Amino acid sequence: MTGADVLLLALGAVAVGAGVLVVTTDQLVRAGLYLVVCLGAVAGLYLVLTAELVAWVQVLIYVGAVVVLLLFAVMLTRAPIGRSPDLNRPGLPAALIGGGAGLGLAALFADAFRWSAVDLPAPGTAESLGTELFRSWVLPFEVLSVLLLAALVGAIIVSRPDIGSRP
Amino acid sequence: MRPVIPYVIGALLFGAGVYGVLRRRNAVLVLMAVELMLNAVNLILVTADTTVRAALPHGGQVFALFVIVLAAAEVGVGLAIVLQLYRLRASVAVDTVRLDAAPASELDEPRVTTS
Repeated sequence: MTGADVLLLALGAVAVGAGVLVVTTDQLVRAGLYLVVCLGAVAGLYLVLTAELVAWVQVLIYVGAVVVLLLFAVMLTRAPIGRSPDLNRPGLPAALIGGGAGLGLAALFADAFRWSAVDLPAPGTAESLGTELFRSWVLPFEVLSVLLLAALVGAIIVSRPDIGSRP
Repeated sequence: MRPVIPYVIGALLFGAGVYGVLRRRNAVLVLMAVELMLNAVNLILVTADTTVRAALPHGGQVFALFVIVLAAAEVGVGLAIVLQLYRLRASVAVDTVRLDAAPASELDEPRVTTS
């Protein structure tokens, strides 16, 4: 057990605990705030795993943008503040499938990697990742920009019924 | 560094996301659970990037960045759909949406509060 292992275990416990609270809490706004804790802990995991740029992009886009959008949606759908008793469907099939997927994958990974150790590489900087991105992955990068444009246009059309329903 | 720790954390987060997608009725909470699943996959990609020596360096981190961009696009379109559903039905419960109804007639319907 090195220092990195202890950090990984602690941040992982925070991430999994907050993630479970996101899907079990009875209060909508708190689910969004637990999601912030979970995503922040995952960003910390990225930092320990030497993925510096991914960690900051995670903080910027997920914690900064996606969660704020989700909280906007919670408010725009007039969600009640406080406990909502009607948030859940019957839990047994969901618990079976979700628990089976999570624990099954965990058992698979634990069996594949046992307790082996690897050395962490030197901290990856934005420069090395950017060089690799624009050297080997230029075409997917450009396709993603087209996809973002399509998502933008699609979101506008979906949210304007006077455009979407025109024959 | 033991690679099994972040891998197991990612697997458990993914399980929590699957549980949330199947359990929740509120569409916004379903989107939050989907974000959990995407994050679990990102964590596994970054861990693989750190622990596996690949021909192309940093492939996993590049994929994680792509998945983050896809998640941003997904949540934008998803929230537009959720808000449109709320405008039509005054409710965002996913199990009361009738998938077999004609969309044109639904637009003309007055607001109905589903049970």
